[in-house]
Amino acid sequence: MQNPLFQRDVVSIKDFSREDLELIIKTAQTVKENPSGQFLAGKIIASCFFEASTRTRLSFETAVQRQGGQLIGFSDASNTSLGKKGETLSDSIRMIDSYADAIIIRHPKEGSARLAAEVAKVPVINGGDGANQHPSQTLLDLFTIFETQQTLDGIKIAFVGDLKYGRTVHSLAQALSLFDGVKMQFIAPDALKMPEYICEELLSSGVEYQVVQKIEDAVEWADIIYMTRVQKERFDPNEYHLVASQYVLKSELLKTAKPNLKILHPLPRVDEICTSVDKTPYAYYFQQAENGLYARQALLALLLNEQGIYG
Amino acid sequence: MDKLHKLQVEAIEKGTVIDHIPAGQGLKIINHLQLMDKKLRLTVGLNLPKESGEFKDLIKVNEWHLVNEEAENLFLFAPDATINQIENYKVVKKYKMKAPKLLKGVFDCRNQNCISLTEPVDSKFIVDQSDKGLRLQCHYCERWFRDWVFV
Repeated sequence: MQNPLFQRDVVSIKDFSREDLELIIKTAQTVKENPSGQFLAGKIIASCFFEASTRTRLSFETAVQRQGGQLIGFSDASNTSLGKKGETLSDSIRMIDSYADAIIIRHPKEGSARLAAEVAKVPVINGGDGANQHPSQTLLDLFTIFETQQTLDGIKIAFVGDLKYGRTVHSLAQALSLFDGVKMQFIAPDALKMPEYICEELLSSGVEYQVVQKIEDAVEWADIIYMTRVQKERFDPNEYHLVASQYVLKSELLKTAKPNLKILHPLPRVDEICTSVDKTPYAYYFQQAENGLYARQALLALLLNEQGIYG
Repeated sequence: MDKLHKLQVEAIEKGTVIDHIPAGQGLKIINHLQLMDKKLRLTVGLNLPKESGEFKDLIKVNEWHLVNEEAENLFLFAPDATINQIENYKVVKKYKMKAPKLLKGVFDCRNQNCISLTEPVDSKFIVDQSDKGLRLQCHYCERWFRDWVFV
């Protein structure tokens, strides 16, 4: 099987075609059924976390080790030459490039992964660059939606919470626009509504979307409700409680839900999903987080095996 | 040709005339092209009346020609400007600015958290022109900006 992802950089979700995404999802399904395939045997992966991110780092590092790869790297920049001696990111990446077969980078500055990909000869995987992109999160989101709905075409998805600053929401909306007949609803405070440029992109891709006021209005309609956290620092403290309380999902709101509804969240949640929802058949956010491991295993296997995992 | 118009476009022997610059942008273009630093003979007209009743700026530079990349980089300042290349007092080439696909090293990214501001790289912007106007997307941080943010 031809593998178009071999030796590619993974910087932005917009670098992927529909076919690329379908290949990753298919591979993730296979990996989930048999997570111990040694697709990284003999490979050294650099895990370069210039800022802390426990969930993403552990997930990537587990994905490497499960597949027989070895890791080098660091979990924050404070003890690196970049942090202590003022070395540029470009120079740090040039050096790491000569040691590793692939580089996973997380960095607080937007555009850092693109820059690293330009400097490095080996594949660079963006594990989050500031407020910009976090493509592996989107891959696990897509895999989870496919797993629960058996398709990505024609999905009805409601995005709730911080749609302005939430990079996971932007990337997922952009990725879903590659599929046919996807419909979206946006439920957010005025101050945190979906940016105009994303709405313009969706319209030009033929995606139908609606702005909806309350979560209740989406429950009956949606196949997927994608919850995000409304962050306190975006609001005046008095205003925050009033606003945030309108974007909390409680189990009693789910009475009219379709049987196939699944609730997703990039985690960590604070109080935007009541714990009572955890026990309902609609909660799927913890399985979603677990799927991050399989999606990242699939991604690494595809980047570093010319024939993919089916060859 | 009336007297006023004749004064505005009076010929130079050899060089470049940049005409139809929106009023207020002429000095920015001189600054951007660093024409003052090159010890060139410059004639600048500011707030010159147009037949439409609006105003324009005009720049004449002796013994100097714009290269393509410089012309593309000027597009944001003066999308409707015309470039006249002069030889022996005659216009030998006349063209309008074209929107470039990519602007490299012209402006710094306005996103203060963009990696291009702290690393030894040229800024790069992808230019998108539509009926809603011009937008620029930073190649690195992927942030979109309207053209007026830069000019």
